[in-house]
Amino acid sequence: MAQIYLPTPLRRLTRGQAKITAEGRTVEEALTSIERQYPGLREQLREASGDVRSFINVFVNGTEIRSLQGPATPLGEEDEVSIIPAMAGGAT
Amino acid sequence: MSAALLRPDQAERYRRHLTLPEIGLDGQRKLLGARILLIGVGGLGCPVAQYLAAAGVGRLGLVDPDRVDASNLQRQVLYGTGDLGRPKVEVARARIAAMNPDVRVDVFDAKLTSENALELLGGWDLIIDGSDNFPTRYLANDACVFLGKPNVHGSVYRFEGQATVFDARGGPCYRCLFPQPPPPGQMPSCAEGGVLGVLPGLIALIQATEAIKLVTGIGEPLLGRLLQFDALEMSFSEYRLRKDPECPVCGERPTVTKLIDYEGFCGVGQGETAIAELSTSELQAMRQRGEDFLLLDVREPGEAALARIEGAHLLPLGELEGRLGELTAWKERPIVVHCHRGGRSARACSMLQEKGFARVSSLRGGIDEWSLTVDPGVPRY
Repeated sequence: MAQIYLPTPLRRLTRGQAKITAEGRTVEEALTSIERQYPGLREQLREASGDVRSFINVFVNGTEIRSLQGPATPLGEEDEVSIIPAMAGGAT
Repeated sequence: MSAALLRPDQAERYRRHLTLPEIGLDGQRKLLGARILLIGVGGLGCPVAQYLAAAGVGRLGLVDPDRVDASNLQRQVLYGTGDLGRPKVEVARARIAAMNPDVRVDVFDAKLTSENALELLGGWDLIIDGSDNFPTRYLANDACVFLGKPNVHGSVYRFEGQATVFDARGGPCYRCLFPQPPPPGQMPSCAEGGVLGVLPGLIALIQATEAIKLVTGIGEPLLGRLLQFDALEMSFSEYRLRKDPECPVCGERPTVTKLIDYEGFCGVGQGETAIAELSTSELQAMRQRGEDFLLLDVREPGEAALARIEGAHLLPLGELEGRLGELTAWKERPIVVHCHRGGRSARACSMLQEKGFARVSSLRGGIDEWSLTVDPGVPRY
């Protein structure tokens, strides 16, 4: 099962867990699997169209999925999927 | 080159740099001749300014319109209790002058805007983005792309930070990574969500390190790589970034060729005009009359722990869309939404209206105004 790394803002939906495991042979299947496990996650990750929101990047083993096969990128047992949103904070 | 090219006091001050073969006299002279502009002198900008000043960067520019606030002092290490209310850039200039007289500091006590950005950024070798909002980040990015300048990026939120170097001349820009900003309220700011005080220090020093490397031309820059730090896990992760050929600013067929309205682009201030507002005294009157309405608090749980209006139902703005089911009974009944000062509640009202909630209004001035005008027993924060 692939590991999914979640950023802080989403951990309130996963009882504080930074890393969760997901079933699925592709990124899309893995995301769907964690969305089923943790209610509220889908609304945070997806547009109404079902696409991953454009301010969130999904990486597999450090490479952004747009440079791989997008949501269809295959996942192996040892792969790590990271969900990285834009964050603005710095000064105030 | 001989050491005589530095004054004796400089040779003494920068000795530990001069001893490093990778920096040496040549590198130190590059630092003394460097011009670096900091956008934001807050949690990230303070340590960046301190360390670059200590390193002998000859000219530092500081852009920040803010005054020192008590809530800054937990992490903004250039400021102290005696500086409250003073312009950040002025306090920072005085501190840096006291640290190192080799550094000339130019200050801009102003907000970076589409009107001033190209001129403001134009005279500098590199830009360090330590701003605190998406409109400024997209503006700084686009201006750097148009001017062909490297942008050393850092951002923090709660326990996490990101750092990278954007340089569209040979790598990705901010828009290659994040083509669109999150809708307002989707990602809470540090003011709303909190930030661990030491976190910006860590990320700031990665930015300062990258700036020194870029100026002296040593090492492998953090270009095309995003470093993500997680303080709770105490882990660094590295992500490869690619230059997006479809990028609207630095791609092959750019569609954004001049600075735009970034507040509009980021949706700031939109959809808030058609929202019904309620004053704190009106809310108090409704409560006294025992009217049937839902008081909805859209702040973060940490804020509710600090101060709350009795009877309010907490549902953070970021979770609202996913938890609308909790509010179905109120679809036709009055809902009064409040937050800290009125910004998030207006956005929540706008969203609720779109979803068909008929009678929503936003508490003007939020819980802060409630504390000032109705119930001083509610702590201000």
